[in-house]
Amino acid sequence: MRLLTLLILPALAVSVRGAESLSFDRDVRPILSDKCFHCHGPDENTREAKLRLDNREGALKNNAIVPGDPDASEVFYRITTDDDIDLMPPEKMHKPLTDAEIKTLKRWIEEGAEYENQWIYELPVKSEVPKVGGESPNHPIDGFIQDRLSREGRSPAPEAERKRLIRRLTFDLTGLPPTPAEVEAFVKDESLDAYEKVVDRLLTSPAHGERMAVYWLDLVRYADTVGFHGDQNVSQSPYRDYVINAFNDNMPFDRFTKEQLAGDLLPNPTLQQQVASGYNRLNMTTEEGGAQPKEYLAKYSGDRVRNTSVVWLGATLGCAECHDHKFDPYTMRDFYTFAAFFADLEEVGKYSARQRPPEIPVPDPEQAAELAGLELALQRAEEAAQTETPVIIATRDKWIADKRGLLKGELKPAATDVLMIRDQVAEGDKPSGDWKFIGEEEGPAHEGGQSRVQESDGLVQHILGLGRDRVASGHEHFFTMVHLDLNRVPETIMLQVRTNGKWEHRAYWGKDKIPYGGIGKESPAHHHMGQLPKPGQWVRLEVRAADIGIKDGDKIDGIAFTQHAGKAWWHQAGYRSVDDGSDLPAPVRKAILSDAPTKEQLDTLATHFRSVTPLLERQRQELAVATGKRDQLLASLPTMPISRAVEPRMIRVLPRGNWMDESGEVVEPAIPAFLGSLETAEGSDRLTRLDLADWITSRDNPMTARVFSNHLWHLFFGTGISNVLSDLGNQGEPPVHPELLDWLAVEFMESGWDVRHMIRLMITSHSYRQTSSPPEDLAEFDPYNRLVSVQSRRRLSAEMVRDNALKISGLLNPTIGGRSVFPYQPAGYYAQLNFPKREYQPSKDENQYRRAVYTHWQRTFLHPALMAFDAPSREACTAQRPVSNTPLQALVLMNDPSYVEAARHFGQRIMNEGGLLPEERLNWAFREALSRSPKPEESKVLIEVYQKHLNEYSQNPDDAAALTGIGLTPAETNEKAELAAWTSVSRVILNLHELITRL
Amino acid sequence: MSTAQQELLHLVNRRAFLSRSVHGLGAMALGSLVHPARAAKLATGSIQHHEPKAKYVIHLCMAGGASHLETFDHKPKLAELNGQPMPESFTKGKPIAQLQGKALKVMGPQHEFSKHGKSGTEVSNILPHIAGQADDLCVIKSMMTDQINHDPAHTVFNTGTSLPGRPSMGSWINYALGSECDDLPGFVVMTSVGGGQSQPIASRQWHSGFLPSRFQGVKFNSSGAPVNYINNPAGVNRERQMDVYGAIDSLNQQAFDQFGDPEITTRISQYELAARMQLSVPGLMDTSQEPQHVLEKYGCQPGDGSFASNCLLARRLIERGVRFIQLYHRGWDHHGSVKSGTEKTAQLVDRGTAALIQDLKDRDLLKDTLIIWGGEFGRTPMAQGSGRDHHIQGYSTVLTGGGIRGGMSYGNTDELGYSAVENPVHVRDLHATILHQLGINHHRLTVRFQGLDVRLTGVEEAHVIKDIVT
Repeated sequence: MRLLTLLILPALAVSVRGAESLSFDRDVRPILSDKCFHCHGPDENTREAKLRLDNREGALKNNAIVPGDPDASEVFYRITTDDDIDLMPPEKMHKPLTDAEIKTLKRWIEEGAEYENQWIYELPVKSEVPKVGGESPNHPIDGFIQDRLSREGRSPAPEAERKRLIRRLTFDLTGLPPTPAEVEAFVKDESLDAYEKVVDRLLTSPAHGERMAVYWLDLVRYADTVGFHGDQNVSQSPYRDYVINAFNDNMPFDRFTKEQLAGDLLPNPTLQQQVASGYNRLNMTTEEGGAQPKEYLAKYSGDRVRNTSVVWLGATLGCAECHDHKFDPYTMRDFYTFAAFFADLEEVGKYSARQRPPEIPVPDPEQAAELAGLELALQRAEEAAQTETPVIIATRDKWIADKRGLLKGELKPAATDVLMIRDQVAEGDKPSGDWKFIGEEEGPAHEGGQSRVQESDGLVQHILGLGRDRVASGHEHFFTMVHLDLNRVPETIMLQVRTNGKWEHRAYWGKDKIPYGGIGKESPAHHHMGQLPKPGQWVRLEVRAADIGIKDGDKIDGIAFTQHAGKAWWHQAGYRSVDDGSDLPAPVRKAILSDAPTKEQLDTLATHFRSVTPLLERQRQELAVATGKRDQLLASLPTMPISRAVEPRMIRVLPRGNWMDESGEVVEPAIPAFLGSLETAEGSDRLTRLDLADWITSRDNPMTARVFSNHLWHLFFGTGISNVLSDLGNQGEPPVHPELLDWLAVEFMESGWDVRHMIRLMITSHSYRQTSSPPEDLAEFDPYNRLVSVQSRRRLSAEMVRDNALKISGLLNPTIGGRSVFPYQPAGYYAQLNFPKREYQPSKDENQYRRAVYTHWQRTFLHPALMAFDAPSREACTAQRPVSNTPLQALVLMNDPSYVEAARHFGQRIMNEGGLLPEERLNWAFREALSRSPKPEESKVLIEVYQKHLNEYSQNPDDAAALTGIGLTPAETNEKAELAAWTSVSRVILNLHELITRL
Repeated sequence: MSTAQQELLHLVNRRAFLSRSVHGLGAMALGSLVHPARAAKLATGSIQHHEPKAKYVIHLCMAGGASHLETFDHKPKLAELNGQPMPESFTKGKPIAQLQGKALKVMGPQHEFSKHGKSGTEVSNILPHIAGQADDLCVIKSMMTDQINHDPAHTVFNTGTSLPGRPSMGSWINYALGSECDDLPGFVVMTSVGGGQSQPIASRQWHSGFLPSRFQGVKFNSSGAPVNYINNPAGVNRERQMDVYGAIDSLNQQAFDQFGDPEITTRISQYELAARMQLSVPGLMDTSQEPQHVLEKYGCQPGDGSFASNCLLARRLIERGVRFIQLYHRGWDHHGSVKSGTEKTAQLVDRGTAALIQDLKDRDLLKDTLIIWGGEFGRTPMAQGSGRDHHIQGYSTVLTGGGIRGGMSYGNTDELGYSAVENPVHVRDLHATILHQLGINHHRLTVRFQGLDVRLTGVEEAHVIKDIVT
């Protein structure tokens, strides 16, 4: 609806203008821009007949326009002639001038053809608040609105009744309906500041940030997936939470802006400032194999220009990617100098699967505390593992002396057992198979009071992958301890060693029953050792390394225990190694052999010793555990792609936007040239994103404060003061109340960019508080209510539609923030996705009932219930959602299990809390859902449905069970037929036009 | 209509639920969107600039990028140079997808071609059924597009630009012409897979962008609920569902009587449309009542989810007046094994396509229905192992019906099938031609968005291909 409104604004403007004097900005420029600038505007390359009409100097050349004399003006002849060849605009443009437009242009030339600079590029000025009827108004906004109305001979509408007003306020400020208690309290509150009290309560409610975030997330195209091709998931929820918190904390808008554009460039950026800088990373990205990185870098770069310029400047700078702007003074060069601000971002054109570096883990406060605790424990464990005691020092000195003797050949090498597995699986090692350790009470245990049991009727194998591989050197033999069960003696047992990732070394005892390496084939991969050992006792089995083909230098990375049938207990396994010092790392060997070790070499020795000495075994274990815990928590945290500045990429002007054309000029960061230029900071020769953010939020920027004030006005009045929110340039709409917009913009800046101050200002005005019931002649006088002589009604947003139903039903889970959640969704909805294929898994816990702002936002397949109510895909900036009215919306509210479950839950509440009689219950339900009582005719219809369905469901208990069984939450009553009948009534209520309308 | 449905409609009527004129719905819905004085001018169906040749469009999207060199563009010279380096003069300075930085070698056509019909149109032997319709086909051999990866290339084909957020062709057309049926959406999308890797398809491809959402494509599913949320909740039979609809209608009507807000009237009519969709869609999607010979002609079984089934459903949708139908077959991305791959995929789409053309012809609907057969791009004359890479400089798209001249080919690629050299047809030219056939001047179908009068054909000049229309 809003969209179609845009289409016909010019005619509307005429209808509300009346006897106003001619304004170039409001009346003339839109005509010239739309009908003439395409060929006679700022773009030099497409300018015809060397004539430009976008400034007075150009227009006066060659008598194109002769001020005061239309008949002498070539332009006027051209737009009025009967000659098809001379007539402008040419037929092929399909943009004929209307008679009214010709009249306006004539009057303008007669009055001197004065130009004004485009309003949006002139600094706003705070004009005096107009008096109304000779008196100062109670509220500045009402001064501007009512002054204009009075000049049109109109007066404002009366204030809306209180129960309407609190509904309006609660939806507008929190996105939720008021409770009946809140309505009643307000209706009964006789204090003078009753309204202000409600406003304050709602503005400080945590739900306020969620409501405001939805608006902002649309602008910055926040989503949970990457958008291009496979549309894979990307973790960005910390940014969403940052936005919610920023609105809840009433963060000044200038700071909000700087943190998003350049949080990483602020001195010692906080975690949240880094998260905010993720704004620059919210654009769509790709992982597609065939993507050309350079092409996609150009796409990302253009996308940032489009987004930043629309969000903060209300400027369609994006139109200047391939040519100078047709209607506004932006040049193509401006596009690329603006893009150059972002050239320092660390990024790539084509990303690896599910990687969007640079990314940081983002703990919530609780997790941050836990993380700090784990870091501290880790630090302590590290310190403990570093301990130097006289014993350690003495042992180390002896160890060094021994090794030195070995390495120099002065000592005879000793053979020692090196264990790969003992009583438990060591940190980092990976067991596979059904590993089960038993204690002494359950069976034969070996040293340490433990053993590992392995039994089967056939083949059974337990494998141990070693987390840290060992290099074979001087190994004499491999060994294991085994105890065969007297009563169930296995037929075969086998020991296998994996080297360099391959299983090629096997020794077996007993029958040739295990096929690995080939039955009947004698080889190092299938080496027969002889008879089974004696059962009923622990036996050490040994096999020579050479017999199973293991050579010095092989990397040993796994061991396996295999048996055919029977039962056996296994214990430690490993190899017997001749320790000649040769397996020490080279730097350690060198340090040991050094006669005068340096400080560094001594450190090397100490470090290595600490990593091997049995004296520190416990400390090492504790360190490993602490590291593991910390890493586990880190891995569980949501991450956020952030901005990180690196050496800036070279940015060229791309002729016709062609990323393969490298002939264009190389440009440095700069703001659009006609808006001035910025100085670089001292000691720097290049402007940064922070400079851009400073300029955007400086008092010298004529656009930002107007753009944001206009957005807020749109949120609370339904229409912008200038109604094309994304374009305040020549092709946008001149503001209906220019002085008001400027007053608001200056007030916003003077308040220190205080967002809440501006919201409070708007919603405490009478203009906001008026009734939304239009007088009968409004359609005639001002069909789109641009003069705000009443409030405007509108359908709730997609998010509010859902949240409203959840809240009324009592299902709403009000948790703030966290990872995105997954409401029920039709099966197979993601079937068109690939790389990887996806099966949607709805949330199985209370996350099912979170507010819609937390719904997983799949850019290419947005949740169909949200999409039906006009939620945007967030692939690109959305400043204004269209508001449509479609059959798919009816299907969602009728049949989506989320709404059916909500209806049933509401039905349950009606039964539990609404009294006993059906009429009484219905009355209660209406006050809960609609903040009013039902009219008798309404009750009649609904009681009829109730009676009929109660009867039906009593006779069809299976149907009653089926209907009341929809959803995760169980039905809490045995009176299923009664509940089913109230569910039907609730479904009607949740589908009413009034329920999804903010009046 | 089945007896059960008739009964139900009777039930609904008895409640006077559908008492308002069914045919007035479209106008009523729109009337509330704009000021009554403007409604006439903006009413759907009014944006038509000349006598149309076609009323409906079916787009058979060969998603993944069907190889023109194995389907409609026969290049004997390729066979001659098979295995030799691709002459650099053909490829220099052109974008390349997965073959970036690789040695480029020519790969000959992997299938034989034959001449068909009186026109002698050349068609690959892997498409024998489509070849049987040769004298009705117009093969455009000189298609070009802007984007070399699937997702952006589909977006260009559907919206005229790779920028997200713009309306798709089906939405534009419904916005201009309105819908002819009162129980189905005007823009329906179905998909099928098989024969090659299934590239993803984003719902952006049928989104209405900045146009009102009611013009967006509605995806019909071949398994599960035929349309999202079209089935009643468990435990709610038709009559109970109609009770709920009826009560909503009654209360909304009371609200309208009190407030006179036209938006309520729209809401009421949208609920009526939803109720009718709930009644008609399941029957529409159930093809088990189709005669055996029809199922055999298409080569499908009811509910098998095949492309052929979707073709049969497309015919049923056309019969009910659905304006724009898009069938994606996601199976043409043959980076490897292009020989066996194209053969497999062709088998899955050939018979259904031909049956659809013939079936519409038999019912005298082909003249009103413009069918477009083709992918988001073609494939390289150069080998990528045993397959071919994405290719945008020249490829083929086939048109039939809806006032298109049959038995002809238009334009041509060079002798290696690389670049469109004769009468190049950009996607925007095809858009202009499609709109032209529907009676729409593409220059004049515009909507203002972010300061620009946006057109489906975009900002570059587009041309109707006059030589291929009757």
